[in-house]
Amino acid sequence: MLKITNLHASIEGTPILRGINLEVKPGEVHAIMGPNGSGKSTLASVLAGREEYEVTEGSVLFKGKDLLDLSPEDRAREGVFLAFQYPVEIPGVSSTNFLRTAVNQVREYRGQEPLDAVKFLSLMKEKMKLVEIDQKLLSRSLNEGFSGGEKKRNEIFQMAILEPTLSILDETDSGLDIDALKIVSNGVNELKSKDNATIVVTHYQRLLDYIVPDFVHVLYQGRIVKSGTKELALELEEKGYDWIKEEVAGTAV
Amino acid sequence: MTTSTKNAVSITDAFLEIGKNLPQSNWNSALRKEGISLLSAQGLPASKVEEYKFTPVAKKIQDTLSNLSHAPASSNVVAEKVDEHRIPGLDSHVVVFNNGSYDATLSAFDSSEVTVTSFGDMPTDSLEKTLGKIAPAGKDPFIALNQLAIESGVWIEIATGTALKKPVLILQFVEGSLQGQSVHQRSYIQIGKNAAATLIEKVVSLDDTPYFLNGVTEINVGENSQVAFYRLQDESKFAIEVNNTEVNVPRDATFSSAVISLQGLMIRNNLSINLLDSNSLGNMYGLYLLNGHSHVDNHTNVDHTKPHAESNELYKGILADHSRGVFNGKIFVRQDAQKTNAFQQNNNILLSEDAVINTKPQLEIWADDVKCSHGCTTGQLDEEALFYLRSRGISKESSRGMLLYAFAGEVLEKITNENFREYCVGLVQERLGSNHI
Repeated sequence: MLKITNLHASIEGTPILRGINLEVKPGEVHAIMGPNGSGKSTLASVLAGREEYEVTEGSVLFKGKDLLDLSPEDRAREGVFLAFQYPVEIPGVSSTNFLRTAVNQVREYRGQEPLDAVKFLSLMKEKMKLVEIDQKLLSRSLNEGFSGGEKKRNEIFQMAILEPTLSILDETDSGLDIDALKIVSNGVNELKSKDNATIVVTHYQRLLDYIVPDFVHVLYQGRIVKSGTKELALELEEKGYDWIKEEVAGTAV
Repeated sequence: MTTSTKNAVSITDAFLEIGKNLPQSNWNSALRKEGISLLSAQGLPASKVEEYKFTPVAKKIQDTLSNLSHAPASSNVVAEKVDEHRIPGLDSHVVVFNNGSYDATLSAFDSSEVTVTSFGDMPTDSLEKTLGKIAPAGKDPFIALNQLAIESGVWIEIATGTALKKPVLILQFVEGSLQGQSVHQRSYIQIGKNAAATLIEKVVSLDDTPYFLNGVTEINVGENSQVAFYRLQDESKFAIEVNNTEVNVPRDATFSSAVISLQGLMIRNNLSINLLDSNSLGNMYGLYLLNGHSHVDNHTNVDHTKPHAESNELYKGILADHSRGVFNGKIFVRQDAQKTNAFQQNNNILLSEDAVINTKPQLEIWADDVKCSHGCTTGQLDEEALFYLRSRGISKESSRGMLLYAFAGEVLEKITNENFREYCVGLVQERLGSNHI
């Protein structure tokens, strides 16, 4: 589904990603961990098409297409979804109008009929249960005045509505209390199928108790320096990242 | 700049010459005399004049118009035109002006609710007591010019205790021609006590011939009345306009203004609200969406004279291409006006490096127990918000339109008449490319 080869990216001339290789197949959950500043969020941003990052080398294929060649909106329409680390508050844009516009533009791209107001409403109602989001929130402006937890739930709600094939969760767990974390994780798990895949970018192993990964990768200095199964995450939790840093330093010498 | 000073002088002279040769009537001779004497003394403002330093109207007239004479009534103002420019879905009284002259035949109103009388048909002494009292000619050279040039005008009256069942739509048709390109329009709106009225003024350019529209509207609101006055300026790219709107708001009365400026070459709106007594409320809202070389200047002035009055002001602008916006908001709080609440906000989005906004709040507060706030912001479109919307599959163009509409919509929400609001929303969405919603 996703094949990242030797991906290099920089921002304002500073290289952040220095050769990422990663393959994700349908049905898989990949966790990307790593110390602060290792490039985790950059990787998520580059995949979603954030324009301030410049890809200097390498390629990303998504369902056989050159992902880097697509605009952010076309990536979304192809089935890529980024749950933001910091969802943006947009005063004056109603959550409902926003979502309906998004759904219908995605459907148009896929050659499907637009949803009318009634069908859209019933879709919303169905998905609202999944993340236990209050209707009152959705009658407000997009994310405006939402608490941190409400914003993250709204991200997963949007994901549920848009039904992506590849979801990238950028530190969705950061700052969540345990109840909110359970709700968010439960939503993600409900949406999992053999046809879609999830990349979970996180700083904390805690999330992986709820969203169980098939693979865990450690990102450090812009490269994946270690890959393993969920046991690797437990090891990181226990020993921290220093031993990884030492290993990297050792091989460099 | 010496050249523009010269220009203003020569333009002033040209207008004075026209004024001196106009036919006199009983009711306007004193007004004209005062206009001529004030304009001879001060002239139209040159670029050095602080109040007009960003908006050189006289220079623009000099550069754009070929004939400063009064534009005669246009034969294109016919019933079909009036129907075409009504607000869709809105049942309203209609008052039609053809190049500044009242057209009684095309106007249609229920005289049990509204009366419209030409100045020429009114007793001279009652006009002398009122015209130019709320908007004195000494206050702004363009009021003086209007007085100098005054040939006609109307008195619109809503009687005491009348709550209008439908709004009054004032259609200002303007068309410059070879015979003349200036229109000096004048209205006096009298609203009785305990009345309620919505008035909507729409300026319609009949073609692309340049013109100079110089309007003066005096509004005298009665005690305990509620008045909304909306103005839509979606004119030709060659329209030059100055209008002076001055309003007296007495005890327990509310006056709300919204000025929506969508196109024009150079438009200067002077809006003054005099809050004359306690529990009076003045609201001033404005939206300007500018592109090309449009230039729109909103100068507002609210004068708090007595305790316990309130004013709210929100002007927003989106400026593209080479457009220019000017906002100047004066708030006076007199020594007597304790417990005043006065709020002012001006926010702008610049979409082009060549667009310019000059914004200036001017607060003069002489009372010590007041709540006043003001703020202005100028920025670009929020890139992070744009990316957020696009990352959900919404095209760049739609995302941009949604964000701009979200910004502009806050002003349109202040328009309480639903049909007119929806009409403006449609125009704005079309302009911003957000009409898919």
